[in-house]
Amino acid sequence: MHKVGLIVNPIAGMGGKVGLKGTDGPEIVELARKLGATAEAPFRALQALKELEILKDSIEIITCPGAMGESVANKCGFKVTIIGAEKEETSAEDTRQAASEMMKLQIELLLFAGGDGTARDIYSSIKNAMPVIGIPAGVKMHSSVFALNPKRAGELALLYLTGKVKGFREAEVMDIDEELFRKGIVSARLYGYLKIPFERRHVQNVKAATPPSEKYEQEAIAAEVVENMEQDCIYIVGPGTTTRQIMQLLGLDYSLLGVDVVSNGKLLAKDVSEKQLLEIIDDKRSKLIVTPIGGQGYILGRGNQQLSPRIIKKIGKDNIIVVSTKSKLHSLKGAPLLVDSGDGEVDEMLAGYIKVITGYKEYAVYPVSF
Amino acid sequence: MLENKKAKLRNFHQAKWDEPIIFELSTRGARGILVPEAEEEIRTEVGDGISRIPEHLRRKEPPALPELFQAQVLRHYLHLSQATLGADLNIEIGQGTCTMKYSPKINESFATSTKVTELHPFQTEDTVQGALEILYKTDLFLREISGLSRFVFQPGGGSHGAFTIASMIRAYHELRGESGKRDEIITTIFSHPSNAAAAAVNGFKVITLYPDKDGYPDVDALKKAVSDRTAGLMITNPEDHGLFNSKIAEFTRIVHEAGGLCSYDQANANGILGMTRALEGGFDFCFFNLHKTFSSPHGCGGPAVGAVGVRKEFEQYLPVPLVDFDGEKYFLNYDVKNTIGKVRMFYGVLPVVVRAYAWIMSLGEEGLKEVARIAVLNSNYLMRNVSKIRGASIPYDAPGKHRLEQVRYSWEKLAEDTGVTTEDVQCRMCDFGMHYWTSHHPWIIPEPFTLEPTESYSKDELDEYVAALKQVSEEAYTDPDKVKNAPYNSCIHKIDPLLLDDPEKWAITWRSYLKKHGKDIDA
Repeated sequence: MHKVGLIVNPIAGMGGKVGLKGTDGPEIVELARKLGATAEAPFRALQALKELEILKDSIEIITCPGAMGESVANKCGFKVTIIGAEKEETSAEDTRQAASEMMKLQIELLLFAGGDGTARDIYSSIKNAMPVIGIPAGVKMHSSVFALNPKRAGELALLYLTGKVKGFREAEVMDIDEELFRKGIVSARLYGYLKIPFERRHVQNVKAATPPSEKYEQEAIAAEVVENMEQDCIYIVGPGTTTRQIMQLLGLDYSLLGVDVVSNGKLLAKDVSEKQLLEIIDDKRSKLIVTPIGGQGYILGRGNQQLSPRIIKKIGKDNIIVVSTKSKLHSLKGAPLLVDSGDGEVDEMLAGYIKVITGYKEYAVYPVSF
Repeated sequence: MLENKKAKLRNFHQAKWDEPIIFELSTRGARGILVPEAEEEIRTEVGDGISRIPEHLRRKEPPALPELFQAQVLRHYLHLSQATLGADLNIEIGQGTCTMKYSPKINESFATSTKVTELHPFQTEDTVQGALEILYKTDLFLREISGLSRFVFQPGGGSHGAFTIASMIRAYHELRGESGKRDEIITTIFSHPSNAAAAAVNGFKVITLYPDKDGYPDVDALKKAVSDRTAGLMITNPEDHGLFNSKIAEFTRIVHEAGGLCSYDQANANGILGMTRALEGGFDFCFFNLHKTFSSPHGCGGPAVGAVGVRKEFEQYLPVPLVDFDGEKYFLNYDVKNTIGKVRMFYGVLPVVVRAYAWIMSLGEEGLKEVARIAVLNSNYLMRNVSKIRGASIPYDAPGKHRLEQVRYSWEKLAEDTGVTTEDVQCRMCDFGMHYWTSHHPWIIPEPFTLEPTESYSKDELDEYVAALKQVSEEAYTDPDKVKNAPYNSCIHKIDPLLLDDPEKWAITWRSYLKKHGKDIDA
């Protein structure tokens, strides 16, 4: 029997269709309802679960009461086990509690329907203790834990449960400050990484080379960066799993979500703020290493706000080293890499083509826009 | 454009023989031909035929080959041929970039004539004048077709041709004392990936340009890539999605100004024969795949030739030997000043050059141009018809925008709407007796497929292929599981790709299969 967890955030996505930018907080939910919003997430969860019907007799769904999963799971005829008590109004705390509970019950996989806020709540409870798949249902979708659509989420779950997909990757959990967002200011933070099953494209044609694993790509990039590091130059290493590999290759301690500073193979400072960075750089020769964060290809302005316009100006465009796996670039389907530094002038300066390190001795010239 | 109502789907079913591997058919002692014992008189004259071979040259053990009767061998390979799809069996337009065109069988008869097959590579030059003449004259033809000044036929394939050129680029910079400094080769993401690979194997860093929103390589991207580290540009045109970069002369100019050299991958020249030339495009090198454009069947590792051509000033780097003519006789010329050396034994894959020579001779200048015109016309006809199929799209398309000999299409919409992927379509197309290939990785274009109709197919045949694609699309929208569970009428069902992906399990020889799957090799 496969134990599969299901958490539906019933209010996720309600704000989108009525022009709100998210549904975090009870007063916003109330406003959304007044504007005529209906629950989207249960329907989307249902679409995903339908893909698992083939395994109906061998799946036990562990879920929350009512709209948080029970009603959807029952519709598909799965064996359902309910945890927690039913409530009229649910909140983020319910998601966090349910996720912790499911972790204790040692489920194989957690399916959740929601947006960035839901992903963040789940991350805060389980970190990377068990694999999850996000069913996209929210208004804000900066995190890359979500499948392309609910059907794909279900398909991936099926592949994972039947042993056809065995690998994992770490996917960014990002969320923005909703207060600022509703005022039109985007400020996304990187909160951490959830573990998701990774469907390496099945290659059937012998002429097509098997794509290397993400880890291998990251190691190749790290080797290229480290080999070309210059003496006495200060390297500011931005957050991300690709940049983490650089720190690991150097054998240094690092902060996955923060900005670290390295020079001559030694760690100068870990998880620095903008202010500290400015002090460290001063007038010294510095280079900045960044990687796209999240699914939309932001290299600046999402998840690495410490790298402020002042810092970018000080370092200069020519000293920005962008690193990205080829898979990440290709997932953008031709769309440019993005910057949103908070300063139009800086964004303008960064726009155009930029060299990206994509492997050992491999580079791409890729467009950057804002 | 009216739909061709005649184009109907075949009720195809492939032969299924459940054929064992030939090693499993082996019976100890079985022989194809039993040679009668020699007569007394002959034995007295030459002995037993074995003892005259020096002891140290004789095998101690018999070779580990399967032992079968002649009829069994014939049946075995006929069975296998019925369990495959290929250019002589079906409408072979689904393997875009590979130019799976019809190779006239008369050319085959020249290539397999004993005059070719019985030659020995160690024969003296004066006994192989005919073979050398064919090599020499095919070189003259390719000079005319490309505008470049000299060709060699030694590289045994397109990637080998690209590797030979990358080696010459390296030799050029080494001679100028710049080898340590100039270590970057620029290519584009829609150029054939062998260009990047050839550069990498030669120790260069590879810089890949991504296209602009219309699908073309961008001059601004190139300007960002060139520097005093640029060793060269290795590029395809038209690129693998079928778009011709009309700014190519500007590309080569920018690279030359930066001190680099330019190589034109013309592996697939089917759409441009007699229309554009490497010389006018500003290129220093080019290569043609004789096994694509020039009438040798293309597939599965050969026999093939990547014919490499150079401008005058780069002849000094060519691999040896060159074939020359002194006014009286043809000879092998090893006197090449700064040659990169040998890239293959002897002087090339002669049968492939013989086919190319015969093909060019039979068509002449006008005929070669006709090949290009029809190949391009067929491709654009196909494109407009595929564009009408539900779920199919043509990335970078615009009204009135034409492609050359091939197009990279996308089933992205189909996959989003129905969950049916390009790999599912591939399997279902087998049920209609059609070969269909997805595309090279990386898949920049989502759910891709590349069709290249060449000049070999009639309008009716193209319509039949489109009708099959249309049927699969309709099935995807009405009964996606039918497509996802295909094929039904093929000799085998789906192959689990995980097995092909697993180094512990995959086996490309019988010996490694036995080893990896724990079977006794002598059993």
